[in-house]
Amino acid sequence: MSNWRFCLLLATLVVAFWLAGRLVTNEYVFFTGYAVLQYILLATAWNLLGGYAGYINFGSAAFFALGAYVSVALNKLVELPVPVLILAGGVSSGTLGLVMGYLTLKLRGVFFSIATLALAIVFQAVITNWEFVGGSSGAYVIRPANGPWGGPYVEYLFYVMLILACAAVALARGIERSAIGYGLAAIRDDEVAAEISGVPTLKLKVLATVLSGTLMGMAGAPLPFYVAYLDPPSAFNLSYAVNTIAMPLVGGTRTWIGPVIGAILLDGVQEAAMVTISSASNLLLVGLLMVAFITLAPNGIVGLVQSARRRK
Amino acid sequence: MSSLAITGLSAAYGKVRVISGLSMEVRSGETVALLGTNGNGKSTVMRCIMGLLTPVAGSIVATIDGTSHELAGRTTEEIVSLGIALVPEGRRLFPRLTVEENLTLGAARRLARKVLPRNMEFCYEAFPRLKERRGQLAGSMSGGEQQMLALGRALMTEPRILLIDEPSVGLAPLLVKRTIEKIKELKDERQLTVLMAEQNFHQALTIADRGYVIVHGEIVFAGNSADELNDNELIQRFYMGL
Amino acid sequence: MVDPLAVLNAVVAGVMLGGFYAAVALGIAIAFGMLDVPNLSHPAFVVAGAFATWQLNSRLGLDPVVAGVLLTPVFYGLGVVVYRLYHVCFERRGETALQGLAFFFGLLFITEVALVMIAGADYRSVVAPYIGSSREILGVTVPNRMLVPFVVSIVMIATLHQFLLRTFTGRAIQAVAQDQTALRLMGIGPTRIKAFAFGVATATASIAGALLIIIEPVEPSVGRDFIGRAFAAVVLGGMGSFWGMLFASIILGITESLVSDMWNPSWAPAIAFGFLLPTLAFRSSGLLGRRL
Repeated sequence: MSNWRFCLLLATLVVAFWLAGRLVTNEYVFFTGYAVLQYILLATAWNLLGGYAGYINFGSAAFFALGAYVSVALNKLVELPVPVLILAGGVSSGTLGLVMGYLTLKLRGVFFSIATLALAIVFQAVITNWEFVGGSSGAYVIRPANGPWGGPYVEYLFYVMLILACAAVALARGIERSAIGYGLAAIRDDEVAAEISGVPTLKLKVLATVLSGTLMGMAGAPLPFYVAYLDPPSAFNLSYAVNTIAMPLVGGTRTWIGPVIGAILLDGVQEAAMVTISSASNLLLVGLLMVAFITLAPNGIVGLVQSARRRK
Repeated sequence: MSSLAITGLSAAYGKVRVISGLSMEVRSGETVALLGTNGNGKSTVMRCIMGLLTPVAGSIVATIDGTSHELAGRTTEEIVSLGIALVPEGRRLFPRLTVEENLTLGAARRLARKVLPRNMEFCYEAFPRLKERRGQLAGSMSGGEQQMLALGRALMTEPRILLIDEPSVGLAPLLVKRTIEKIKELKDERQLTVLMAEQNFHQALTIADRGYVIVHGEIVFAGNSADELNDNELIQRFYMGL
Repeated sequence: MVDPLAVLNAVVAGVMLGGFYAAVALGIAIAFGMLDVPNLSHPAFVVAGAFATWQLNSRLGLDPVVAGVLLTPVFYGLGVVVYRLYHVCFERRGETALQGLAFFFGLLFITEVALVMIAGADYRSVVAPYIGSSREILGVTVPNRMLVPFVVSIVMIATLHQFLLRTFTGRAIQAVAQDQTALRLMGIGPTRIKAFAFGVATATASIAGALLIIIEPVEPSVGRDFIGRAFAAVVLGGMGSFWGMLFASIILGITESLVSDMWNPSWAPAIAFGFLLPTLAFRSSGLLGRRL
């Protein structure tokens, strides 16, 4: 399928959702839908670097929370529409990705990963000490009652997130099939060989980190309006970091569809399980699923389906 | 009474075939040279014998003190404990351990551990330089000293069959001569059976009883004596520049 | 004007703290620095050690240090199992270390959540005669709950250091980090050596856990705070060098202690990163050389 037709398909999907949304009166549907879409966005963003280039970012929470807190800060200064805040969040987290990338991507991937893990902890310390955005006691954000085109505000946020998620998936699919994607795959398979055969490895890795960070920041920007109250422990919650990694790994990291499947599946499982079991056992389930997939099915659900098809 | 017989050996790295249908033997007490220039498969033969690379086909039978063992399919650790040792190409010492620590690690198998003090003494006598430098880090020594240490470390495993891969590589001409002579000396003293891979034909033939010439993973010429190899027209033309 | 006595106080407290950090970093220095296994879950194992110590202390009244030492065989076994799994699933397949990283991250997470489910998310603490008392060093009052962990940690590091230097197995562990093929040519199986060494590295977690719970009450998620610190200490110390790691831990402890006392304790977790990032970016061989 060409990129144009794929984008058209996604656009149709958005319109279909929008039409269907007119019929929905229960706000809970939008709340749940927003959470799924947010995870599709985060998982797709993570996969740009983690899946395509094989560089594991443990600091998703930092990029995500930075986007959210830039929103909080700007919102305190001037009233801005959400799309502008999303842009601001994306730019900030993208810049963070650029700095991190340049400083640590020259080394082996392990060091980059450890640095990102530490990054999340530092950012939490920074935000906890930043009184302007509420510091450790957190910040309240007044969520407008209605969206710009009427309807509950959360419905508006849902559509914003829907468009973001679709754009991210289209971007990931485009990259996967472009020279950039092949370059990243070469890095993943054998970085030394890629370097020797003239792939600009550092440039590509930094590019992937910046794009990935930008999308994560964009995912975080609407969060304050979604939750209405944001404090460091919830913005930097380990479950974001774990889910963001677990979803692509469970779905399959080699293709754009993997993170989407993983996000829908894992978020679905967690939503469903939330009713019956505690949130701790819920998280344990995600952790176990993730470890099970890495050890037993390294190519995720997509990989399982592909090998089942080949056997037929 | 220890010997080595290779028949129909084929080996590959992934899909790239490096050796095909190679047969050769090293009889008890002999020094055999495996001659060939870089990239013709000498090291691969060594790696197959030591179990570092699993052969695609063929058999490698080692007879140690009268008992025969099929080596293909065994792990390196098992092969070493039978009494076969390799001085690898590039020496592969433990650079951040001292000379003495490197030697000690050679004596891991039970048989070797029992005679560790005696073997250590032997190494220090054979290579007085090593004794002087016993507390120095292996990585900080010169190429010649490192080759001595690599030889000594292999002897510490108490081998019956000694494989030596490119002992002359990276050494000055005078040192090459001395190293090769030393190998002969050690072989006689320890009653070893030796297979030596070399690209330096001249030097190798000064101590070898027999030799094989390997080209593109196949034996192209088997010389039953050093003279036969020296006189071979092909070798003279291509390898010795005569 | 800064009060010199306050500075001295902070420095001494920092040295004690750094000594304890070294106990946590020790397992990572072995696993990551020497064996090249990026065991991110080590700090979570330390917290698990703290909880196990708490159980032995509150149920049987065992001294926490004794409890930590008694637990080492259990943690050794755990380490061997984890390494074997890692080896079969990633190392042997030649999978990049990156898949393995995600594996250890998963283990970290599972351990933490499992602890919450078993023991609850509350803070736990131990009882021992020396907790609460203190003694005078260099005119500075040092609480024994800091001094005891410091001493135990130094003893543990020195013992393992001697083990690595003096014994055959210890040398083989050093050798496995330098050239695995060469080790096989000596007739020593690298996997066996690595499994043993990884077991030992994990066994240090039970002692480090006991020290942690002597210093302060522990809840399941505190392990994460130590990941940055421990890896920073190992990288700064030059990967696998024990004394380098100890030195780096103490520098880290002193800096944190000074910042906490003079400025604000909530910045403390960020300091390790402040050290780690420039080291990775500009001096990846660490502050010191590499020799153990």
